[in-house]
Amino acid sequence: MPTTTISGREVSVDDEGFMTEYDQWDETLAASLAAAIEIEMTDEHWRVIHFLRDDFKVQGETPTIRRITNTGGFDTKQMFVLFPKKPAKKMAYIAGLPKPHGCV
Amino acid sequence: MRNILILGGGTAGTMTANKLRKALPSSQWSITVVDADDAHHYQPGFIFTPFGTYQPDEVTRSRRKFLNKNIPLVYGTIDKVHPDSQRVLLLDGRELSYDMLIIATGVIPRPDQTPGMLEGEWRKSIHEFYTYEGSIALAEKLKSWPGGKLVINIVDMPIKCPVAPLEFAFLSDAFFANKGMRDKVNITYVTPLPGAFTKPLAAQAFGNTLEEKGITVEPDFMLERVDPEAKMLVSYDEREIPFDLLVSIPLNMGAEYVARSGLGNELNLVPVDKFTQISKAHDTIFALGDANDIPASKAGSVAHFEVDIFIDNFLLHIAGKEMTHKFDGHANCFIETGHKKAMLIDFNYDVEPLTGKYPYRIGPLSLLKQTRMNHIGKLAFRWTYWNILMPGHSMPVPVLMSMSGKVKE
Repeated sequence: MPTTTISGREVSVDDEGFMTEYDQWDETLAASLAAAIEIEMTDEHWRVIHFLRDDFKVQGETPTIRRITNTGGFDTKQMFVLFPKKPAKKMAYIAGLPKPHGCV
Repeated sequence: MRNILILGGGTAGTMTANKLRKALPSSQWSITVVDADDAHHYQPGFIFTPFGTYQPDEVTRSRRKFLNKNIPLVYGTIDKVHPDSQRVLLLDGRELSYDMLIIATGVIPRPDQTPGMLEGEWRKSIHEFYTYEGSIALAEKLKSWPGGKLVINIVDMPIKCPVAPLEFAFLSDAFFANKGMRDKVNITYVTPLPGAFTKPLAAQAFGNTLEEKGITVEPDFMLERVDPEAKMLVSYDEREIPFDLLVSIPLNMGAEYVARSGLGNELNLVPVDKFTQISKAHDTIFALGDANDIPASKAGSVAHFEVDIFIDNFLLHIAGKEMTHKFDGHANCFIETGHKKAMLIDFNYDVEPLTGKYPYRIGPLSLLKQTRMNHIGKLAFRWTYWNILMPGHSMPVPVLMSMSGKVKE
């Protein structure tokens, strides 16, 4: 498994740069990951990211946008404003979770 | 006497019922199937109906006829499952008890889940081909459609037979070319995925085929609503795509009783262990075929391979033993590409579709390539479905995915 250095720390990532170790994540890393894809984190961003982290802990997989809006109570349209163009992928990237499998 | 109740007499339910009936003594286990009606559709045929290749009566058989005669088929609509008291309630008030429950009621397209879809233009300029009625209505529409902007849209994943929208695009191209009006039709393939398919090699192969056929791909498009007056798809990030004819693949959801019974996720799919298909919440419930949430294609081939593994596990489970067999997510799908050719993919949870030969190293089928032989295989599959798969006979192909014949990059 490749590693990379983010904010001066060595973390495990997959070929596309998604973190692979749940426990290596913290908010400082997340802010750097967000900056790398040109997203400036606000309280609203953090609420979504924390929902993803909490949900992953229980379910064992990255939630889909439908789950984030249905279960987390977030607005789908707002997800596209906060994480433009590819929200599911960008949210997972910042939350240090596996890329959502677009289902087969 | 113990009692197995199977909800749904479609692809997964029928195969499971027939195989279990062979595996279990009638003196110890009764097996009952519940379904709303007697019409068992050959769903892979729905892709051909819109283009007039199959007539409606070629895709429908009697559910009763394809179930072992020692398996009662109860006609009724399911209201609710009570997992704690192990009972199933039907809408007409009847009650069925079970020792083991198998949920095989699949998924259905839900156009009602997208604002605007059912308002005004449904079955006029907005169609679908995932239901018997829908595929027939679309056949009528295509007969006289003068051309214009044809838009094929997947609302969200997962969907039943994830390659079918691609097949629809390829077959449309051939259909209009054969009618001498391809130049009057502009085909756009609008998908929430980043490309033509989910897995890299296949996405590239399908993407190339779409390009060859002059079909435009609009990726990463998450549909928010349909504007039936302006005839426009509108995405959550406010992109707009106009259409003259929309062929939609609406959101797919599991049955409503699954939600009412508290057994489903946000899409009414039953969360199960991906290797054994036992419910994560109840050890007396399994969910097979499209009804479960495993990260595999929702396809008949998956149901077929899954059921084979399930039978072995189920026998262990009811004997109070640990289930030791593991389903690998094996899927095997033909993709019609038009002009009497087809492609084939074979993959599982871990291995993406690769190129090569199938089955084993000899073929006669080719993976990820357009060949005449693959098309013949696809057409022959209808016979195989009714005569081999549904009665629960064995197929001469590996149940778990095999690397034999596949080319590793």
